[in-house]
Amino acid sequence: MTALRSLSRSPAALLGLALLTLLFLYAFAGPYVSSWSAADIDYTALSAPPDGRHWFGTNRIGQDVFAQTARGLQKSLLIGLFVAVAGTVCAALVGTCAGFFGGWTDRALTFLVDLLLVAPGFLVLVVVAPSLRDAGWPAYAGLLAALGWMVTARAVRATALSLRERPYVAAARTMGVRPLRIVRRHLLPHLAPFLIAHATISVAAAVIGETSLSYFGFGVQPPDVSLGTLIADSTNVALTYPWMFFFPTGMLLCFVLAVNLVGETLRGRLDPVAAEVHA
Amino acid sequence: MPGLTLRHVARVVLLLLVSALFAYVVASKALDPRAYFENRTPRPPASAVDHELAALGLDGHRPVLARFGHWAWRALHGDLGRTLDGTSVNAEFGRRVGVSVRLLSVGTVTGAGIGVLAGVWAAVRRGRLPDRAMTVLSFLILSVPTFVLALLLKDGALSFNHGVGHTVIRYAGESTPGRGGGFFAQLGDRASHLALPTATVALGSIASYSRYQRAATLDVLNADHLRTAQAKGLTPGRALLRHGLRVSLVPMTTFFSFGFLAVFTGSVFAEQIFGWPGMGSWFLEAAQKGDVNSVVAVSLFAAAAVILAGLVADALLFALDPRVRG
Repeated sequence: MTALRSLSRSPAALLGLALLTLLFLYAFAGPYVSSWSAADIDYTALSAPPDGRHWFGTNRIGQDVFAQTARGLQKSLLIGLFVAVAGTVCAALVGTCAGFFGGWTDRALTFLVDLLLVAPGFLVLVVVAPSLRDAGWPAYAGLLAALGWMVTARAVRATALSLRERPYVAAARTMGVRPLRIVRRHLLPHLAPFLIAHATISVAAAVIGETSLSYFGFGVQPPDVSLGTLIADSTNVALTYPWMFFFPTGMLLCFVLAVNLVGETLRGRLDPVAAEVHA
Repeated sequence: MPGLTLRHVARVVLLLLVSALFAYVVASKALDPRAYFENRTPRPPASAVDHELAALGLDGHRPVLARFGHWAWRALHGDLGRTLDGTSVNAEFGRRVGVSVRLLSVGTVTGAGIGVLAGVWAAVRRGRLPDRAMTVLSFLILSVPTFVLALLLKDGALSFNHGVGHTVIRYAGESTPGRGGGFFAQLGDRASHLALPTATVALGSIASYSRYQRAATLDVLNADHLRTAQAKGLTPGRALLRHGLRVSLVPMTTFFSFGFLAVFTGSVFAEQIFGWPGMGSWFLEAAQKGDVNSVVAVSLFAAAAVILAGLVADALLFALDPRVRG
């Protein structure tokens, strides 16, 4: 609750939340407002600049940039949310188990985390993602979650290690409370604000991961669109037909910026030393 | 000291071996080299494809671990196998490794160097305009995905060159092909090609290093030993340089190895977008083709680079913090 209160007091976080609301509205309500869908092709308007008919203009084959960007943004928002939830749950489980149980559980889990951290995550994504092509974007989301929880798990483990020694945890243990109950009742509530902050930041990391992957042709495949493929398709004409490049890129930048504004505010109140990997 | 070195070497060998195994198994399971041969026209018979794959050591009928064993045995003798085109992976590695090492090292050094200096400067000027401006700027940079940063830099350079009416900043390749001229002309040419990829790789690290260094320096600024140093008659600047900087750099060594991962990923993007024939662009091409041997070779390079960065971080910590030397 204190985390939420700190959000409402920070203008930066409020700006971030407002931006996020607008982006959500655009991505999910926008398609109903516009008369074009992402798959529609308007043969009378090829590479048309923004006007009353096509609010964000059209691309080279006459698809509406407004509808396509909304479609891509939907995917990014869903992937971001899924990865944040799945990755954080995974990090919380592994981190608390390693920190609380110690011994060989700790050693095995720490080794696993270190091993996964040696590989640059993007390289693994590039190799594995194309083989999941048939499963579509939920598979990419799963893969991004599987590659994104390790740093958080490490930080959670360190906190769990110190919490374990607190008198009230020792008291609970002496009274014979079962370990899983201690984790649930005494450890997780303490970790919650920290986990929320990391979940927010991992949204940005996941969206950057997915769009980069799609940009280089390893992620979402045509005819489906993602912000990454939209940016890739318009890169060469960014200066001649700026609207094709500007809108998807602008939405991506706004989204990451908004998430970071909220995430940094949360993190700044909690833990200034937490490390993050920016890809 | 010899004990420490031996343990380091054992750990490096183990990590390299495990990451080679990991890369080989993942690449073999996920990539499909068959398609590369089957898509030729006229479509070759299955037995011919099998034969070609077997010659490359990619025979799908043999278990992965047996193939890895065979590959590892050859690799230990200095042969990383052949690419799908039948050329030597070693030769390709040799051609490309220099390009990547140049980008990685210049990127790491500028990123860490400028980042640390900027962080110290911001901490000293805390709350004033330069500090605030830098906080906002680094926050903005960290919110731009690396590939978008590269594209924006490229567009910026294009517009700039157009405005000046003369190609000042080059954005394709790592040198102008067939360019003659003396040593300095060559050097200038290289530098004008190096500018944008280096900026792509370094800007993100400058931003993140400066934030961590700012926090670390602020911690030190209030420390007792710094006040003592000033009481002995050192100026605040000298005291910070001689006694503060060293202490504040200690926590940064941990960040160095993490930060390197980001630099590495950034260099893959930069190579691909700016058309550098380095390890990163090789990796992306090979992954697209299903070229298992090349993918494993670049993964090995990545693992070696990351491990090396970890060792450099350890060495820096060793040099900075006498307590670690025990």
